[in-house]
Amino acid sequence: MAALRTTSRLFAATRPAFKSQIRTRTMATVTGTATSGAVPPSQTTTVKEPAADADSKIKTFHIYRWNPDEPSTKPRMQSYTLDLNKTGPMMLDALIRIKNEVDPTLTFRRSCREGICGSCAMNIDGVNTLACLCRIPTDVKAESKIYPLPHTYVVKDIVPDLTQFYKQYKSIKPYLQKNTPAPDGKEYLQSKEERKKLDGLYECILCACCSTSCPSYWWNSEEYLGPAVLMQSYRWIADSRDEHTEERKAQLDNSMSLYRCHTILNCSRTCPKGLNPGYAIAEIKKAMAL
Amino acid sequence: MKHSGLQREVLSLYRTCLRESRKKPANTRLHFESYARTEFEKSIGLDKKDFGAIEYLLRKGRRQVDMYSAPGIRDIQ
Repeated sequence: MAALRTTSRLFAATRPAFKSQIRTRTMATVTGTATSGAVPPSQTTTVKEPAADADSKIKTFHIYRWNPDEPSTKPRMQSYTLDLNKTGPMMLDALIRIKNEVDPTLTFRRSCREGICGSCAMNIDGVNTLACLCRIPTDVKAESKIYPLPHTYVVKDIVPDLTQFYKQYKSIKPYLQKNTPAPDGKEYLQSKEERKKLDGLYECILCACCSTSCPSYWWNSEEYLGPAVLMQSYRWIADSRDEHTEERKAQLDNSMSLYRCHTILNCSRTCPKGLNPGYAIAEIKKAMAL
Repeated sequence: MKHSGLQREVLSLYRTCLRESRKKPANTRLHFESYARTEFEKSIGLDKKDFGAIEYLLRKGRRQVDMYSAPGIRDIQ
């Protein structure tokens, strides 16, 4: 959460400059000859934005492209140049602008544009993060590289196939399991302390950034559950209302599901929401040992 | 002829398709079988050393079989 707060403060500081940009900014229009007409996008490699003026900040983005309709063509990198003065501050703004104005065949998932849905998880400049929470580095000399989440099957361009991830999430039964009815017949009550244990766990949006950054998960994704799913598993183990804690622990008690975590802690370092899956996994290990 | 691992996987996927078609109503079963066949024939010209493409098509095929084998699906065009 701390990371989020600093971002918003940064945003407030840059707001005056941003406002003046809006006034001079024109509406989105399709310009240039590179996009219109006969050349199919599979034959172009660089699509240049036209009419650069003196104070424009032209930045190059290299984006991973792969089209499932032509499975025998190899994946490739495509470069796009954008003027940062006409683009919003976040990576997702740049991607949306490329899709709207330069190349409509570029494919990516996005939804909420504010880090709540987890759709736009991708590998930006070597770090798994959400495109909507990642600022475009203003250094125009450095070129940004955008890849899909590492070690995932690719559906198209930067869209990863998360079927396996969701299957694993389903396998930990992420819902309240009770044997006894509620004392008042309506709801299960929790004390403030019991509720507090779930803070830092329930905020996870299942973007899969942490799981796909874990080398252990790369090599054993069939059996090892991965940090995101284990953190959700701990969220239900730690829940005071859940009565199947022992079953949940027994399910994890084998050499693969949980103990493939070797505390590499890439998960905690990469989490775009500032959560700590590594700590949650350590807590499960502690609960299993005691 | 001895088949490679990948070739065996392709053949087993095709057999799964036929096996799943057998569970469909008798009057539409041929539709499922011919659909599976045309789907396979679409990529018949693929280079047999293009492992990446074949593996992708295998994954796609398995996903499609999972989907079409649902009992709610009774006919296919």
